[in-house]
Amino acid sequence: MRLIAPAGRFAFLALLGLFMAAPLVVVTGASFNDTARMSFPPTNPGLTWYGAFFADAGWMSSFYTSIVIALAAAVLATSIALPVAYAVWKYRSRAALVLDGIGRLSFMLPSIVLSIVFLLFWSWLGHTGRIENTIVSHAVVFVAMPLAMITLGLGTIETALIEAARTMGASEAGVFRTMILPMLRPYIVSGLVFVFIMSLNEYIIAYMVAGFEVETLPIKVFNNLRMGFQPTMCVGAVLFMLVGLVGFGLIALIGDLPKLLGGQSE
Amino acid sequence: MAAFDTNTEAQASSRMRRMVERLSGPRERRLVTLLIWPAVLLIFCFLLPLLLLGQVSTAPRDGNGLWSPGFTFAPYVNALADIDTLLYSAGLALVVATVGLIVAFPLTYLISRMGRRSQVAWLIFVLVTLSLSDVLVAFAWEVMLSKRVGLSNLLVMLGLLDQPISLVPSNGAVVSCLLYLVIPFSVVTLYPGLSRLDRCLIEAARTMGASPMRSFLTVVLPLSKGPMLTTFSLATVLTMGAYVAPMALGHPQNWTMAILINRTALSAQDLPQAAAMSIVLLAVTLVLVIGTRILGKPRRFPS
Repeated sequence: MRLIAPAGRFAFLALLGLFMAAPLVVVTGASFNDTARMSFPPTNPGLTWYGAFFADAGWMSSFYTSIVIALAAAVLATSIALPVAYAVWKYRSRAALVLDGIGRLSFMLPSIVLSIVFLLFWSWLGHTGRIENTIVSHAVVFVAMPLAMITLGLGTIETALIEAARTMGASEAGVFRTMILPMLRPYIVSGLVFVFIMSLNEYIIAYMVAGFEVETLPIKVFNNLRMGFQPTMCVGAVLFMLVGLVGFGLIALIGDLPKLLGGQSE
Repeated sequence: MAAFDTNTEAQASSRMRRMVERLSGPRERRLVTLLIWPAVLLIFCFLLPLLLLGQVSTAPRDGNGLWSPGFTFAPYVNALADIDTLLYSAGLALVVATVGLIVAFPLTYLISRMGRRSQVAWLIFVLVTLSLSDVLVAFAWEVMLSKRVGLSNLLVMLGLLDQPISLVPSNGAVVSCLLYLVIPFSVVTLYPGLSRLDRCLIEAARTMGASPMRSFLTVVLPLSKGPMLTTFSLATVLTMGAYVAPMALGHPQNWTMAILINRTALSAQDLPQAAAMSIVLLAVTLVLVIGTRILGKPRRFPS
């Protein structure tokens, strides 16, 4: 019995790890092929398709568009989340609580419904096919993540410390700049990275609000999917995996990842 | 009577004065400067569009692919024609959320009890798969299940199949891909609750002689009801919106409500119809979520 339990645990983790890694491994493998035909394991592994990807203006422009949208959406979402979370924490303001609730609503809505909501909104404004549409839509949909993270961060701040600074004559703005902001930094950065990566990978909303004019990488991959296999799609997928790996690795380096995800830190 | 009137007037004006004072106090002024930007964005770009969805769903269709003023229930009546698809979507969501929970729960529990380094490594791995676009995941599954390089080749090597076959499009492919999307999502949702679980209770059960499996079943599971219900609900919401997986990996009979909504909005250019279908989908999702809450509510036994 004592031996079976660890073996069973290991088998379970290995099996699930395999299930979750398999598609990533197959796509990464296929990206190193030297022919346009799909094969795995790759024949004559090489970087042919990476060269093709970076030389192709269409792929590069999609990649670039995705990055710009994701960066802008991350900054915009954080600019909404930080004041709201701060106002809830500092003033217990009811208005801020309402805004916090609106911000977290998107998790309860299926993504197709959100995409229709924004399609209607931008059509109603008569402002269609613009990159701002995707940016703003992503920012308000993903604002729940920085909201949750910054709220978590504010919860770790000891109020006694802030009180002490105030008694010593520090202004509210001074306390915010010199004490609260530095303590919040890992939480703010994590929020930024989460929105960045989520926006980068989001398909249906981006497609519905401006997909014909503003072609992000997921949109381009999906459009190509209908026309059949292209090895350059694998390169795009590998790039996105790398961005995710680097982003979350960075969060783990600068902050306490288990704690950021709401767990107990050691 | 006149005295009474002046009295109320005076009261009203003093109330007004108090309100103005309150609004112009330092706390309020700071709050207004803090919240003006988030309020504009959240209300104008999110709350208003949500209300617009309701309004458009009862508007007559316009020839230009928009909607015209007026009121009609026709889109809702038409939406009832899609009842089969709606039921299929709901069934798919329930199956995927259930299997996802059954797999993700022990996985999350094991991760939360690992040492710090392996815990962080697993969390990064889970987050990378979670964040990966459903388009890229569907594409990867298509490659994995294809005739040329897919899983069936492995089965041929093992002697289980005579020759490689294509496993896409199929219902199984749709379910596998959705499960792949839901499992990391469920892990991240379950993680806070399982990680904060009071370890003393598990240790107590173990000291009293319960096996790891027994303490898991009798202590961990009952204590985690809340996170499980939340995870199940959120996974249902996630799957109810699924568009890419059934589109890329399914037969037309595996099409979900999300695909119909998308086609109604973009191909048929019927926005009121798409809005009504979205609200019906939202209503069914809400029913599933609330149903989960009610079924999961602890029953009170007479003491």
